[in-house]
Amino acid sequence: MQYRTSFALFTLSQFAITFLDFVGILVLFANVDALAGWSLAEVAFLYGIANLAFGLADVFVSPVENVQVAIRAGTFDQILLRPVSPILQIVTDGFSARRLGKLAQGALVFAFAVAAVEVDWNLARVTMTVVAVLSASTIFGALWVATSCVSFWWVEAREAANAITYGGSFLAQYPLGVYGPWLRRGLAYAVPVAFANYYPATYILGRNDRLGAPSWIAFASPLVALLVAVLSALAWRVAVRHYRSTGS
Amino acid sequence: MIEAHDLEKRFSVLRKAGRVRRAREDVVAVAGVSFTISAGEMVGYIGPNGAGKSTTIKMLTGILVPTSGRATVAGIDPTRRRVEVARRIGVVFGQRTQLWWDLPLRDSFDLLRHVYRVDAEQHRRDRDELTELLDLAPLLDIPVRQLSLGQRVRGDLAAALLHDPEVLYLDEPTIGLDVVSKARVREFLAARNRERGTTVLLTTHDLDDIERLCSRVMIIDHGRLLYDGALSTVADRLGEDRVLVVDLAQSTPALQVPGARVLSVEGPRQRLAFRRSETTAAALISAVSAAADVVDLSIEEPDIEAVIRRVYAGDLTL
Repeated sequence: MQYRTSFALFTLSQFAITFLDFVGILVLFANVDALAGWSLAEVAFLYGIANLAFGLADVFVSPVENVQVAIRAGTFDQILLRPVSPILQIVTDGFSARRLGKLAQGALVFAFAVAAVEVDWNLARVTMTVVAVLSASTIFGALWVATSCVSFWWVEAREAANAITYGGSFLAQYPLGVYGPWLRRGLAYAVPVAFANYYPATYILGRNDRLGAPSWIAFASPLVALLVAVLSALAWRVAVRHYRSTGS
Repeated sequence: MIEAHDLEKRFSVLRKAGRVRRAREDVVAVAGVSFTISAGEMVGYIGPNGAGKSTTIKMLTGILVPTSGRATVAGIDPTRRRVEVARRIGVVFGQRTQLWWDLPLRDSFDLLRHVYRVDAEQHRRDRDELTELLDLAPLLDIPVRQLSLGQRVRGDLAAALLHDPEVLYLDEPTIGLDVVSKARVREFLAARNRERGTTVLLTTHDLDDIERLCSRVMIIDHGRLLYDGALSTVADRLGEDRVLVVDLAQSTPALQVPGARVLSVEGPRQRLAFRRSETTAAALISAVSAAADVVDLSIEEPDIEAVIRRVYAGDLTL
C-alpha cells in the first residue's frame, strides 16, 4: 500500500470497466424482454454469481499464473526449496488488493439480482446460493491452476490459456440456452462452468430449462467443483515434476 | 546422510534444424552418479562448467526429478517427499538469492521463521548468533537489493541456516567474492561444520575453497564421477612432479643432474623438474650446488589447479 492514490484509481477503473460490462447486458434488455426465456433479473443473478465467484478466484488464486515468470527466471527453484506449497507461495507473493474492483462489481450486481428476482427465499434456496458461489469460485480457481500448468511445458503459452479462464467466466454470464449445442456441451462437461452458476440457478430460480439434463444436476455443483479441484491439483503435481529449472 | 544411487538426468532439448523444423535431442546432464556422504562430512564437488554439478544438487534438493536412479537425504527421498526434505536442508546458490529482494534482512529472517515454523525463542537465539558470526548487525535494516554481493551472500548463508538444517548445499558460495569476504565465508562454514556437525556439499570453481574446507572431493565431468576421495590423494598421486628453481651466480648452459630434467633456462635462473619417487629435494639440491654456484633456490609444489585441469582434459585418470 505504498501508493494510495494509484491504488484507488486502479481499483476504481477496474470497477468502472467491469461495470460497463454489465451495462452491455442492460442495453441488451432495453431491446428484448428475455434471453432464452430468462428475464433481466434472472440473467443478472447468473451474471452476479459468475462475477462474484470469478472475482474471488481472481483475488485468491489467479496470481498462480505468475508461475510463468518464476519458471522463466528460474526463481521457481527457490520456491521448491521451501517447505510450503508452491501454489501458496506464488499466490501470496502475487496477492494484489487491486483486484478487489472486479470483486466489488460482481458483489454489487449479485446483491441487485438477489433483490430483484422473484424468489421465495427459504433455507434450501439460500443454502444453495451460498453453495453455488463457493462451488463456482472453486471451479474458476481450479481453472486458473490447471491452465497455469501449461507454463511448465510452454513458457509462452499462458496467454492462450486465458481463453479458458476469462472466456469461461464470460460465457457463464449468460443462460446456457443462448448457445448452440456444441458450446453447451463444452460448458457442461469440458470446462464445466455450467455447474458454476447455471444449473444451481435453475433450481434457485425454479426454472426447468436444464436443456435435457436431469433435475439432480442442480445439486451436483459441489461434487463437480471437488472433481475439478482434484484434477487440477493432480495436473499441478505432474507439472511440478516436469519442471526443468534453468542452467547453472 | 546423503546418498545417490545411479542418479541420472536427461533433458530433451529442441534444436533448430532448418527454418521451421526442430530436432529433438536428448542431453545427458548427469549420467549415473553414485556416492554416499556421511553425517558431518564436508565434501567438495568440482567439475568444469556444464559437468552436471548443479543438476546433481538440484536432484538432491528435490527441485529436479531424476530420470532414473534414486537419492535419499537424511533417509528421505527428495522427489517424493520434497517438503519434508526442505525442512532439513539449507541451500545457498551463490548466483542467486533466496532472500526477498525488496525486504530488509530482518524481515526476510522473520518471514523464514514462519515458512519453516521455527519456534520464536529458538529463532531469536539462532538469528542473533548468526548475525554475530556473519557480522550482519549493521545490515539488518537495509533492503536486500542494496547489499553488496559479499554482504548478500552472508545474508543468504544466515537465511539458509536459520532453521538449523542437517545438510547444507552450497552452489558456488564464494563466486565473485573478494579475498576478505571469501576468507570470512570459509571460516564461518568450517566453524559451523565443526560445532554443529552440519553435513556440507559444496560446489565451486575455487580450489582454495576445497583445500581449506574439504577433506574429500568428488570430481565430475560429462555427467560422470571421475574421482571420489581425499584431495591430498589427488595431490599425491598426480602431484609427483615438483620443480626446483635455482638462481645461479652466473648464466650457465642447462645443468646435467641425475634424476632431474631442465624445463627452462632464463639467464642465471634454471627450472628443474623432478619426481618424488625418483629423487629427493635434498639430494637434488646437493647435486646442483656441486655442479654450479647457487645463489638462491625454491621448490614449486604441484599446482592443484593445474592437476585438476589435466584431469578435466582427460590427460590423467584417477
